[in-house]
Amino acid sequence: MKLNEISGNINEWFSGNGPLADVVISSRVRLARNLAGHKFLAACTVGEKAEILKKLKDVLMGLQLGDEVFYIGVDKAPALERRFLVERHLISQHHAFGKGPRGAVIARREFFTAMINEEDHLRLQVLKAGCQLSACIEQINRIDDMIEQKIEYAFNPRYGYLTACPTNLGTGIRVSVMLHLPALKITGQIEKFLNAAKALGLAVRGLFGEGTEAAGDFYQLSNQIALGVSEKDIANRFEKTIIPEIVEYEHAARSHLLTHDAGLLDDKISRALALLKNAHLISSQEALFLLSHIRLGLNMHEHQGASTPAIERLCSLGSDGGSAAAPQRLSIATVNRLFMLTLPAHLQLNYGKELDSTHRDALRARIIRSALNG
Amino acid sequence: MQCEICQSREATIHLTEISDGVRTETHLCEQCAQEQGVGVKSYIPLNDLLSNLLSVGPKDEPAGSDDGGLVCPHCGWTLEKFREKAVLGCPYDYEVFEKALMPLIKKAHDGAASHCGKIPAKMPKDSKEQIEIARLRRQLDDAVRNEDYETAAKLRDKLAGHK
Repeated sequence: MKLNEISGNINEWFSGNGPLADVVISSRVRLARNLAGHKFLAACTVGEKAEILKKLKDVLMGLQLGDEVFYIGVDKAPALERRFLVERHLISQHHAFGKGPRGAVIARREFFTAMINEEDHLRLQVLKAGCQLSACIEQINRIDDMIEQKIEYAFNPRYGYLTACPTNLGTGIRVSVMLHLPALKITGQIEKFLNAAKALGLAVRGLFGEGTEAAGDFYQLSNQIALGVSEKDIANRFEKTIIPEIVEYEHAARSHLLTHDAGLLDDKISRALALLKNAHLISSQEALFLLSHIRLGLNMHEHQGASTPAIERLCSLGSDGGSAAAPQRLSIATVNRLFMLTLPAHLQLNYGKELDSTHRDALRARIIRSALNG
Repeated sequence: MQCEICQSREATIHLTEISDGVRTETHLCEQCAQEQGVGVKSYIPLNDLLSNLLSVGPKDEPAGSDDGGLVCPHCGWTLEKFREKAVLGCPYDYEVFEKALMPLIKKAHDGAASHCGKIPAKMPKDSKEQIEIARLRRQLDDAVRNEDYETAAKLRDKLAGHK
């Protein structure tokens, strides 16, 4: 399969659906696994890595996932395609820009990826829209069980699944949620959230994972402890305690804006709208920042019944895709689509060739103007 | 977007300053940002963390101090190499360097040193039993810490049934 068959659409996990989707964009569970009887990758020769890749690729391509799977030789893929896969959260930055024989097996609907020869021999990943960590765990466990019938993992009764880095030892699990927290940012409370997350032993990262800054008010929150707790307990703690509390704080900040600072809220939304509808050059960072405020306005209207002059203007806005007789109103789905399709690698892959940053900024602005001006 | 200072590297640090109501944006690469005194190290690199943990262990557990020169017979890995690369060479390293790794494992996992999660279906029954006991012990510790003595009593009975 060619990547431009999926690059024109947003994937299921960014659909804007799912529980608590106005704050929780997506849920992701990753498992780190290694083959028994093989060295970890840092000690492997190129030939040994190629052998591991072949063995795991054969097993993974034979899995019955209820969806078509395709393989990408990440080491041989052009840099633009690798960046595209990172933007879509299908592979990690580490995998995209690592060394040696490596690949990824991806379900066409993009709910599942297996990265072969990342830091460990195998990194499985399941992604779902909204807050669905338990469902992610259930699905990834089923896939893990299927793989385990065909190969033997490195496992020790005392330490659990053995991983290249001791920080992943035990369950080998990383549970994470992508959160959209614009109201906490606008009301100056985001530091409190970051400190609370740190105190709870959680890691907070940016939109594209490790080493990336938070952009567009998106934050990735994940567990750091993988040993001494079960997979289910980790997911339960997130789903029943941590996430509801953060969602409540974000909702409270949105209510505060509405009742005490509607002028500030309207200013943010109106400025974002004016720039997005009129700008001729927009950087990726600026687009994320401005679209974040549009998304906030639409969500506050849909979930809290908010109705300020700027929100009303936003909701009466037509977007591309409708007709003169039945104009299509601007929706979260359209905004999510703009978030994803205007990312640098998406832009270039859909345009059909690599572009310098000025041309990318012009193309991005044109796509956004066209979507918002109906 | 290019760095505004060197005009060559990609700008990855984006600063927004609002002064007297005027908003100014600065876009810098990591190197120029550091030269300008802008703090960009928002997380401790894993290598630094591991090195620190291995060099400064608790006094009763001198991390790695008496494992000098130890080499894994399966992969040739040493603690020096682990400090340098922040990853191990093979699954056997957990046994070979166990003494040195233990403080790090406990620190990284909130004091835990045994697995309580999923068990491969192919595992022998004895191993499954061992993991179940570790899981119950951990739950018992949590219950006692939370002064939930009713749950603690139930867990103690369950543990007794496993012995």
